[in-house]
Amino acid sequence: MQSTLALDIAHLLAGGLVLVSFMMLYQDRLFALLNMFALHALVLAASVAWQAYIQGAEHLYVTAAIALLFKAIIIPVALHRMIVRLGVHRDIETAIGVGQTMVAGMGLVALSMALMFNVTSEADPLVREDLAFSLSVVLLGLLVMVTRRNAVSQIVGFMSLENGLVLAATGAKGMPLVVEISVAFSVLVAFIVIGAFLFRIRERFDSVDVGALDEFRGDRR
Amino acid sequence: MIEGIDPLAAVLACPLVAAALLALLPGNRVAAFVNIVASLATFGAALAILLGDRPEPGRYLFIDDLNIVFIVLNTFVGLTTSVFSAGYITHELETGRLSPLRLRFYHGMYQLMMFGMNLALISSSIGLMWVAVELATLSTVVMVGLYLTPEALEAAWKYFILGSVGIAFALFGTILVYLAAQPVVGEGYDAMVITKLMERAAEFDPALLNVAFVFLMLGYGTKVGLAPMHAWLPDAHAEGPTPISAVLSGLLLNVALYAVLRFKMLMAANPAAISPGPLMVSLGLLSLIFAAFMLYRRRDIKRLFAYSSIEHMGIIVFAFGMGGPIANFAGLLHMAMHSLTKSGIFYMVGLISQIKGSQRIADIRGLTQSHPLLGWGLLIGVAAIAGLPPFGIFMSEFLITTSTFARAPLLALLFVFGLIVAFGALMLRVIEMSFGEPSLSVAKADASYFPFLIHLGLVFAAGIYLPGPVVAWFQHVAQILG
Repeated sequence: MQSTLALDIAHLLAGGLVLVSFMMLYQDRLFALLNMFALHALVLAASVAWQAYIQGAEHLYVTAAIALLFKAIIIPVALHRMIVRLGVHRDIETAIGVGQTMVAGMGLVALSMALMFNVTSEADPLVREDLAFSLSVVLLGLLVMVTRRNAVSQIVGFMSLENGLVLAATGAKGMPLVVEISVAFSVLVAFIVIGAFLFRIRERFDSVDVGALDEFRGDRR
Repeated sequence: MIEGIDPLAAVLACPLVAAALLALLPGNRVAAFVNIVASLATFGAALAILLGDRPEPGRYLFIDDLNIVFIVLNTFVGLTTSVFSAGYITHELETGRLSPLRLRFYHGMYQLMMFGMNLALISSSIGLMWVAVELATLSTVVMVGLYLTPEALEAAWKYFILGSVGIAFALFGTILVYLAAQPVVGEGYDAMVITKLMERAAEFDPALLNVAFVFLMLGYGTKVGLAPMHAWLPDAHAEGPTPISAVLSGLLLNVALYAVLRFKMLMAANPAAISPGPLMVSLGLLSLIFAAFMLYRRRDIKRLFAYSSIEHMGIIVFAFGMGGPIANFAGLLHMAMHSLTKSGIFYMVGLISQIKGSQRIADIRGLTQSHPLLGWGLLIGVAAIAGLPPFGIFMSEFLITTSTFARAPLLALLFVFGLIVAFGALMLRVIEMSFGEPSLSVAKADASYFPFLIHLGLVFAAGIYLPGPVVAWFQHVAQILG
């Protein structure tokens, strides 16, 4: 049986993920947003590792390691370099104000708590909390995506959304395949995005048409 | 059938091997030929599954009466599209819109996408199905952006973001289904196997299943192209190469629909869970009526038919949402007919836009004079897709309408209203394009007319006479769909 302390630590880490999601909401600079995302991935890695420990599921350590290596280190560094090369490290234009975004975020968290505690009344307490927290992280990630117009911050929002899914999959005891595969896919997703950006940069340099360069500057035509 | 070769494995192995081969092969002609041969082999394997004995459900792959319909349709349209693509791509290479290297990429991705779709259809676990749908999505994303024009990149980006969010919701739903199944079926892989889930579905926690279905419906519904999650679909259809528009409309939407149907069956097997019908009916009706009105404002020929795809996916989801033997039968028939007709139309649209060098409807005039076969073919194809008799789509729409009238007359009125609005828009546009003074270039098309003639012929034949075995087969599937 799991001790209360073990459960409390699991809740603390999962709740920490929600907190970092909130912190991502009000970052108005790309670099700060990236740092927040790295922190997000770090908390996720800790949370997954802790659950691997209390569930006694060794394969989850792999998931934690992937989260740590790829999401907390490699992808933020790569995106950082991309931002510098693209020269877009200016302020993020948020579509709606910080205040409204935070209120909307709180509403989403309340919604997911209310929903998940109602439907999972019979489940394990660990699963209940995990699901409620992970749905919150998913919805907050979605909120980051819809309030940003910049492509890089949309990617970051999407990856934080995917972190929420990993948390949910970890909480579901004995869930096969999907943890590893979903992480592998998120890496693939990141590669495609980076590939797309490299293509865009290359097209910019290959073309001699200045008009075309103007078209490609920024994320919206 | 060749002894010793498992057709199930062949349906997956052919596209996968071909994808690796095509990624290595230089030379456009050879690549196009290999593409066709691989598609033909895949279609052969699908036929072998259809005609051979049903294998026992395996650990990772399985075949039942539902997914075999999708597989045969999928591999058939994959084959004709590869034939069409050979001619289309040659023209793109000559006009310099695509470089040889990008073509190599295109061919490899085409087979990878076929692999993803076939895997989604025959995988026996909901986890594997999700992975396969994501694979198919990612490979189409890169093909939508193939031209690397700002418009194409924007379309690919939009498709990628919306598709990923959809697929993320679908994964969350899948996890919830696993959580509902886990206390009953037990921990581990078994709690994701479709056949095992169906056996024990009645014992699952209904509240958890309800929430799961909403997520799955929104997630996979995004990929089906249902309003209001449809925003990616018109852009992706309009900016990618036309063969990709054809497979997007004809196949990928169906694969996502298949996933929705699987979960619908799971919900139906649990008496305490909410009925999935009303949700599907309302999303279907919304898509139908919304897309019908949007058809009037389209200026781009590929966008026009993309909105028509949203409309038809709405019709199909509506039919399956109504449920019952007749509506399910009609839904299946409609799905098959729509795939054939719409991909056929996109073949013609591809030829037309290559001849005219433009996708603007205003630039396309007098087709029946300058290109009699293409012009009349488009007119007939649009008549078929708009639901005129004697084509297959008329029959399925008629069946849906009559069976709905018997049960919910008000819904049937809305449904027919949507059909009529869409009919008006499509006929208006196609008559503009077909008659009058021929515009722009009147050069001959250098690709073959063969693929779209086959599709139109099949749709026509199905409207006149459906063979007994096919009817019995579809009726049986309609039965298991409940």
